[in-house]
Amino acid sequence: MYLFGYKLPGMSSLILWGLLWEFLGQIEVSFFLPPLSAIFNTLLEIYNSKAFVRALYETGYSFLAGIFFAVFIGIPTGILMGKNRFLDELLLPWVNVFMSAPLTALVPVLMVLFGFGLKSIIITTTLFAIWIIILNSRAGVMQINRSLVDMANSFGASPIDAFIKIYFWAALPEILGGVRIGFIRAVKGVIIAQLLISIVGFGALFELYSSRFLMTHFWAVILVLFALAFTLSELLGMLARRVDYYASKRSQ
Amino acid sequence: MSDQTTDNAVSVKNIYKNYGEIEALRDLSLDFPNGQLTSLLGPSGCGKTTLLKIIAGLLPATQGEVFVNGSLVTKPGPDRAFVFQDFALMPWASVLRNVAFGLELRGVNKNEREDIAAKYIKDVGLVGFENSFPHELSGGMRQRVGLARALSVDSPVLLMDEPFSAVDEQTRRKFQEDLLNLVKNENKTFIFVTHSIEEAVYVSDQIAILLPRPSRVSEIIKPKGFRNKDVDSIRKDREYLDTVESIWKSLRTYVE
Ligand SMILES: Nc1ncnc2c1ncn2[C@@H]1O[C@H](COP(=O)(O)OP(=O)(O)OP(=O)(O)O)[C@@H](O)[C@H]1O
Ligand SMILES: [Mg+2]
Repeated sequence: MYLFGYKLPGMSSLILWGLLWEFLGQIEVSFFLPPLSAIFNTLLEIYNSKAFVRALYETGYSFLAGIFFAVFIGIPTGILMGKNRFLDELLLPWVNVFMSAPLTALVPVLMVLFGFGLKSIIITTTLFAIWIIILNSRAGVMQINRSLVDMANSFGASPIDAFIKIYFWAALPEILGGVRIGFIRAVKGVIIAQLLISIVGFGALFELYSSRFLMTHFWAVILVLFALAFTLSELLGMLARRVDYYASKRSQ
Repeated sequence: MSDQTTDNAVSVKNIYKNYGEIEALRDLSLDFPNGQLTSLLGPSGCGKTTLLKIIAGLLPATQGEVFVNGSLVTKPGPDRAFVFQDFALMPWASVLRNVAFGLELRGVNKNEREDIAAKYIKDVGLVGFENSFPHELSGGMRQRVGLARALSVDSPVLLMDEPFSAVDEQTRRKFQEDLLNLVKNENKTFIFVTHSIEEAVYVSDQIAILLPRPSRVSEIIKPKGFRNKDVDSIRKDREYLDTVESIWKSLRTYVE
């Protein structure tokens, strides 16, 4: 962004929006919109409170567990689908259905099946992330250079060797692209699940704050969640740019 | 199959290959004498790569048999190594790991295989590039890596699918000279696919001319007189020029 010909540092427009928020808050346009400064003050009060730390921990835990399953089930499944025509025809319709399905609607079912605890949240997170990881790994394997496969076979590679030493690496740029999008979807999954289940993690906090009309608390939590999600996706974006560099060299 | 132990390192017997409706090879038979270089020469799409892959065991024949040193080919084996037209290097691996990869897949331990790889990297003139990656090398250097990889598994039969077609003309001539020395010094059987008549006549002990699909061997030519001349005078040799000319005459009817 430029102002009077000077280049401003990235995201300095945020300051402008922050000031606007503060102003609207101070003139009390709405009860639901407290001044930004008050929200930050609340954040400083609650950030090391027991409930907040616990919510953060539970969110982090379910997020990592959900991602873990999505990655370690999704990548091998995608690679196998890309390699094996039969498996592909068997699974692809389902993957595509779940890829575009409104998964939020499934959360109540999961709650019934797996209870109102972390387990349901983890499964929801996995379900949000896994399909794109499968599809991307599959696409990565399908674009693999045939002669690399022939090369490995001509030297007598076992199926396991070919899987680990050729297919995985050849598909790596696409796989990581899928993992990146999977992460972003998992952030949504972990939040949505908590909101719907609403007795653990931030879901419980939201429930508590909004039922007591603690607006500054409510906004403080939202700001934290937005900041977390944004930081995570920026970090993954940086990683992805490095992988893209490698991918552009790959074709040669 | 006791009568298969002849002077032929590879024998192809009555091979048929269909890709669905497409009939690529029909009743093709050909022998590859031990320690010699045989070229497969023919128009584009006539099935040279197909034949080479069948010999390599990468592709099943629809009908017919291939014998390597007397034993029937059913899958790839340590008695054959492949050099690929597009090099088939792993872009994520260094030159050293690429060259050693054949040995890695055969379970040779790391120190040993890297020692062997280093020797062949030296032989192909890539000392100093052990830790480079394929994208940092020129096309010619990449094919040297592919060649070193095939040599380092020390197979008696080397299968080369248009190995020099993706490198520039000067490099190509250098490679052809190197190949002649390789045939002379290593006691290996070379099966060499090429489009180029000049290249085939220059490097081969035996040239098999394949006809367009469905393909079979139409003619076998064995240049004799200039084989032992030094590399520089071959291209001026009378027999060399005549052979090139006569192959062109028999192939030109198919190029229209
Ligand atoms: N996987 C495949 N499926 C269907 N047809 C194929 C397949 N591979 C090759 N063919 C066909 O078989 C024929 C022979 O192919 P092949 O690649 O062996 O020819 P080639 O002599 O190596 O050609 P070039 O000189 O262009 O490399 C071609 O007509 C090709 O279209
Ligand atoms: Mg070919």
